[in-house]
Amino acid sequence: MSESILDDYQFNKKHLLGLSDYTADDIKFVLHQAKTFREVLNRPVPKVPTLRDKTIVNLFYENSTRTRLSFELAQKRMGADVVNFSASTSSTRKGESLKDTIRNISSMKIDMVVVRHESPGVPHFLTQCVDAAIINAGDGAHEHPTQALLDMFTMQQIYPDLKGRKIAIIGDITHSRVVRSNIVGLVKLGAEVTICGPKPLLPRFVETLGANVSNNLEETLSWCDVAMALRIQMERMGAVTDLFPSLREYHQLFGIKMEHLERYPDFIIMHPGPINRGVEMESDVADSKRAVILDQVTNGLAVRMAILYLLSGGNRV
Amino acid sequence: MEQAKIMTEEDVNRTYLRFAHQFLEPYDDPTEPAIIGMQTRGVYMGRRIISVIKEELDVSPDFGVLDVTFFRDDFRSKLKMPEVKVTEIPFDLYNRDVILVDDVLYTGRTVRSAMDALMAYGRPRSIRFCCMIDRGHRELPVSADYVGLTVPTHANEEVMVKVKELDGEDAVYLVKRGGSDE
Repeated sequence: MSESILDDYQFNKKHLLGLSDYTADDIKFVLHQAKTFREVLNRPVPKVPTLRDKTIVNLFYENSTRTRLSFELAQKRMGADVVNFSASTSSTRKGESLKDTIRNISSMKIDMVVVRHESPGVPHFLTQCVDAAIINAGDGAHEHPTQALLDMFTMQQIYPDLKGRKIAIIGDITHSRVVRSNIVGLVKLGAEVTICGPKPLLPRFVETLGANVSNNLEETLSWCDVAMALRIQMERMGAVTDLFPSLREYHQLFGIKMEHLERYPDFIIMHPGPINRGVEMESDVADSKRAVILDQVTNGLAVRMAILYLLSGGNRV
Repeated sequence: MEQAKIMTEEDVNRTYLRFAHQFLEPYDDPTEPAIIGMQTRGVYMGRRIISVIKEELDVSPDFGVLDVTFFRDDFRSKLKMPEVKVTEIPFDLYNRDVILVDDVLYTGRTVRSAMDALMAYGRPRSIRFCCMIDRGHRELPVSADYVGLTVPTHANEEVMVKVKELDGEDAVYLVKRGGSDE
C-alpha cells in the first residue's frame, strides 16, 4: 500500500513540453501516479469518468501509430471528448498556418492539446497562442517526453529505484527525440546513461546532458542493466549511406543478437518502436522473453492517462 | 482552534468490536461478506475490523482498498489535482455482499462516488456502508448502515478520526475552525 511518496510535494505544471522543465520530484510523482492508472487498465470496466468535462484535440502533423492511438485511447478511457487532426487531411493542405489552425481549434473551447510536429519548439509556441494545456507528443528531434516517461516506468517495473542503474541507448542518436527526453529524465533520477552507436549518428552534445559515449556494442552490453535500441530513422536521413555504409553493416556492428543474450544474461531489451527487424536487433531478440517492448506500449497508456489527469487542472478557468 | 475529544481509544476499540459483530450477524459463514476500506482512514479502520474478526474466529474475510478520486464530482473545485491513491480489490465482486468502510459520513458525495467506483469492478449483490462518525449535513439521499457515533455538528466544525498507524493514536476529535460562522 503506498502512501504519498513525496511529503509536501505539489504537482503544479501546466504543460508537458519536455522533461527538461520537470524536476526529479515531478517525474517521480508522474510515474507514481501512473501505477494507479496501470491498475485501472486491468479493471473489468477499464474506464473512469475523470475527464468527462474536458475536450482534447490531438494535433498530429507527423505520422504516428503508437503515440496517437495511445493518447486517444487514454483520453477515451477517462471519458474525455476527443477530436483528431492530422495535417494530411486538413486545411493545412490549403496553406493554413499553424497559428491560425490552433486559434481556430481553440475557439471551439478546447481544454488540452496533444501535438506532434516536425519542428522543434512547436509545443512551446502553442503555449503562447492558446490557453489550453499543451502536451508534447514529439517535436522534431527535440523531445518526446511521454515516451521517456513510459520507458522509465517500464524500467521501474523491473528496477524500482533507477538510481545507479545502467542504461544503454543504442542506435540513431542524432535524429532521436526519444533519446533526449530519456537522457534528461534518467539523469534526473540518478541513472547512468551510455549512448552507443556509429560515430556519425552520435551528436556531440550528448556529454553535456550527462551521458557517456561508446562505440563498442560488446562493451556496452556487458555493462548495462537495460539496453534500449532506437530505430534507424531513414526518413530523416536522406540517403542512408551518407552516414554509414549500409544497414547490413550497421546490424553487424550495432544490432543486438541472440548471442548477446546468451553472453550477458541480465540486461532487458527495450525499443520505442517501430522496430526495423534485422537492423536494430535480430527478429528473435525482439520476440524473446527479455524484451519488454510490448509492456512499454501498455505502460504508455497508463503514463499518458496520468499526465492527462495531472494536467487537466484543478480549478483553472 | 478549539478541539474536543469525542471518542477515546477505548471507545474506538469497542466500536471496532461492535462493527465486527454487526457485520457478521446475518451470516453463517463469516467469510461471506467482503470488506472494502476507503482511502485513506477507512483502509485502516477496515483492517482493524478484519483483525478483530481474525482474533475471535480465526478466519479472515476478503478485504479490498478503494480510492474514489476518479469518480468524485467535486475534485475540480480544488486548486490542484488530488493525488490518486491505490485501489486494490483482489477478489471478484460479482454477487458478493460488500461493506464499505469510511471514517466520516458528511455530505454523502464520497459514498456516492464509491458506489460508482465499485460498479466498475463488477456487480455486487449488495453494498452496505459503515462509518465511525455520522456528522449530518447530507446533500444526497444516502445513509449509513453501521455508525460508530452520530454527532450533530456545525458546518464550521471538522471531525477528525485518528488512527494509530498514521496519527499515533486512536481517537476522534471535533475541531472548531477559527473565525465567525459565516
